[in-house]
Amino acid sequence: MRRFFARNAPAYVFLLPWLIGFFLLALGPILASLYLSFTRYDMVSAPRWIGWGNYEYMFTRDRRFWKALEVTFSYVALAVPARLIMALGVAMLLDKGLRTIGVYRAIFYLPSLLGASIAIAILWRQLFAADGVVNQVLAMVGIQGASWITDPDTSLYTLVVLAMWQFGSPMLIFLAGLRGIPRDLYEAAEIDGTPRWRQFTRITLPLLAPVIFFNLVLQTIESFKTFSSAFIISNGTGAPADSLLFYTVYLFNEAFKFFRMGYASALAWFLLVIIAAFTAIAFFTSKYWVHYENERD
Amino acid sequence: MKTSATDLELAIQMDEAARVAHELRLKRDRRERNGRILKHIFLIVVSCVMLYPLFWLLASSLKPENEIFGSLTLWPSEFHFENYTKGWYALPISFTVFYVNSAIVTILSVIGNLISCSFAAYAFARLNFTGRSFFFALMMMTLMIPYHVVLIPQYVQFLNLGWVDTYLPLVVPRFLASDGFFIFLMVQFFRQLPRELDEAAMIDGCSPFKIYWAIILPLSLPAMGTAAIFSLIWVWEDFLAPLIYLNDIKSYTVPLALRLFLDQEGQSAYGQMFAMSVLSLVPVVIFFGLFQKLIVRGIATSGMK
Repeated sequence: MRRFFARNAPAYVFLLPWLIGFFLLALGPILASLYLSFTRYDMVSAPRWIGWGNYEYMFTRDRRFWKALEVTFSYVALAVPARLIMALGVAMLLDKGLRTIGVYRAIFYLPSLLGASIAIAILWRQLFAADGVVNQVLAMVGIQGASWITDPDTSLYTLVVLAMWQFGSPMLIFLAGLRGIPRDLYEAAEIDGTPRWRQFTRITLPLLAPVIFFNLVLQTIESFKTFSSAFIISNGTGAPADSLLFYTVYLFNEAFKFFRMGYASALAWFLLVIIAAFTAIAFFTSKYWVHYENERD
Repeated sequence: MKTSATDLELAIQMDEAARVAHELRLKRDRRERNGRILKHIFLIVVSCVMLYPLFWLLASSLKPENEIFGSLTLWPSEFHFENYTKGWYALPISFTVFYVNSAIVTILSVIGNLISCSFAAYAFARLNFTGRSFFFALMMMTLMIPYHVVLIPQYVQFLNLGWVDTYLPLVVPRFLASDGFFIFLMVQFFRQLPRELDEAAMIDGCSPFKIYWAIILPLSLPAMGTAAIFSLIWVWEDFLAPLIYLNDIKSYTVPLALRLFLDQEGQSAYGQMFAMSVLSLVPVVIFFGLFQKLIVRGIATSGMK
């Protein structure tokens, strides 16, 4: 017993801050929010148990919940592939035959660092305003641009473009992955006269699959959590006509504007389930489409 | 020794072959060079498109109000530097206060992240203890949890503690290693350090804390640097937590202050709003410029955001 203690004590001292944090800031709150999701709670009076009431309302009667799901899923479905294709395309351009890639890499990464800031969200509102830069460029080629931000049909695309603009981190991860592909494979293919496109589908894509998978999971989770830019661009409400009602924005408003903490907790738990499901699906299906290099098949 | 005709022919053929090969190589080199030039042109165009919004923001912060919209040129007809001085005092409280607030929150958070995350990472990467893989798996799972899920109970918790409208809800979690990304980043780095160092130090009678402080930390400056820069930039730009916990304008951080400009939209203060937006990005751009290498390597090795 004493030896057990002596062996483990130092490690747990180092682990202590994280352990406290884990119980007080992660596990505790998650369980608490599970409990709250079965209650009506307005922060003034004590939580009142209402069973499945919140979830029932959410799935059967709350139109805005379904709208928020639609907006968020559309965003994820558009933004993630757009961003990953940009990232992979640019990474492949940078990977081969260029000696001075440092400058480009820096330029392409910078938006990813700035993109989450309020300043950029403010800027985006103006770029896509009716008299903004985007419409002026379109006017030069004779296209009458929409009022992108205030038109419910187009507002979501402004955020998709913002997501595309921030392709820097998946690009860096792709670059590292591309470095790991042996050059002689391409040389052999070149000698055999394999066309570029087939080199891409037969060498690059299969060998890059683990990295693509990693980026896909990471970016999907990130995109579900999008908040600040949607909040700023939609004036904090999801406007126009709820077309920017991101799930997180809806949750925030239910909780901190209307103080429906119980209902917001139910929303939060459903978000957790969605993200967990996506991660699980990605991991369990990965063995069918991701081949790691050290595997023999 | 006589030179036969066949030898001569062979020599000529070989010479010919060498010439053809040389020509082919030249052709390939030329094609590759042309390809490179095309690539550069393409990349430069993409770079310009990528950077245009940022330059537009900078230009608009200096333009006279009537030039901001309706012209694509980046060069202002006259420079209105007073957008910056006026913008600094445009809100009921001057930006000096907001910058001091942001600096306090950011510096404390970075310190908290570095201490608590390196502690946890050291335990995970270098010490053997019962339950290590269990806790490590738990830690990795917390990476997935959206902040929105823990937000409400955390808010209730901090409200009951009387911490709302103080910086404690923003800073204290960072001293409790709430951002698992940095633990993961450091674990990856600590694991690469040779085990023999610890063993030798142990034989010399060093305590685990001494090993952490005198061996692991000094060897891990790149990882610590990467974590410091990322946490600095993320905390600086953080919006959601300050939005929830800070109600008094005197305690606002810079992003919250910027949002106040939006409420005044239409009062033709675009130039000032853009000027303050530019200033809020300056620290990030400077740190990126200085520590670009660390940031790039940090992402490539850990796959962060």
